[in-house]
Amino acid sequence: MTQRLLALIVSTFLAGVCGAQSVEDLSDPALNARYQALIREVRCLVCQNQTIADSNADLASDLRREIREMLESGATDNEISDFLVARYGDFVLYRPPVQPNTWVLWGGPAAMVVIGLVVFARVMRTRSRQPLDEDELDEDRGAIR
Amino acid sequence: MWRYAIPVGLLAVLAVFLARGLTLNPGYVPSPLIGKPAPAFELPGLRNPDARVGSDVFDGQLSLLNVWATWCVGCRQEHGFLVELANSGGVPIYGLNWKDDRDSALQWLDRLGDPYVASAVDADGDVAIDWGVYGAPETFLIDRDGTVLYKHIAPLTAEIWQERFVPIIAEKCGSFPCLQDGAP
Repeated sequence: MTQRLLALIVSTFLAGVCGAQSVEDLSDPALNARYQALIREVRCLVCQNQTIADSNADLASDLRREIREMLESGATDNEISDFLVARYGDFVLYRPPVQPNTWVLWGGPAAMVVIGLVVFARVMRTRSRQPLDEDELDEDRGAIR
Repeated sequence: MWRYAIPVGLLAVLAVFLARGLTLNPGYVPSPLIGKPAPAFELPGLRNPDARVGSDVFDGQLSLLNVWATWCVGCRQEHGFLVELANSGGVPIYGLNWKDDRDSALQWLDRLGDPYVASAVDADGDVAIDWGVYGAPETFLIDRDGTVLYKHIAPLTAEIWQERFVPIIAEKCGSFPCLQDGAP
């Protein structure tokens, strides 16, 4: 019970630090454009449904600082995302890479559409082959009369 | 009969996914560091800022790195157990004092007991990023050759210690507590 209560209190505090955030800018416009794009692709692990651009959790601001420093020292976007993945795992990226453990994630929706179409086609074909039953035929005749 | 096979099958698959989703803890993100060398660092010590505390402390001994701060509620919760664990010997505990205030940290250790062989001060959080820390408390188990063996996120308790840490230590060292002789 006390554990749950504590968890509730902690999560209340966490919610408090997950507010919106105005983001620092880099003076170089080209770097700044890359910076703004990158921080919108990186998940804040404290407030998991926010990017580090949105979050003002301490960790998000640390990660933004790290990314600014890396950009200024000439790192490529790939180097920066590799740096983050090496430390925090794929979950840190909002756009997970296509690899064996994400095939279901990436392929799932398309597979569902294909399965749906196959089922739909089969149902339609069997229905078109079924003779109409007598009640429906009677109704139709009635309508014609 | 067979016409129900597809919807029932789909329902079963969906149920399995949902059941799994309900039992997973979304706050737990597995660390990519497990099985990799511990990230190197060298930071000022908490008790003595002039003395450096670095990742070389892990050399040749199986040890714990505990990420803590005085602003962290869970750290207060686990502190009693850490002191107990330190007193029982067996595994040296090193601290990473994460984005904390030095005076508060020292007061906390004086008041509640100091389970750490040494604490490194990570004032700006750079080392924490290298270790993939996203919420304190976090506790890493590090092998004698500096490999990260396990990471626990959330307060450490006697049960978790027994269930998760002890078996790994026993397997790595052939005994628990570890004999710490450096030989595998």
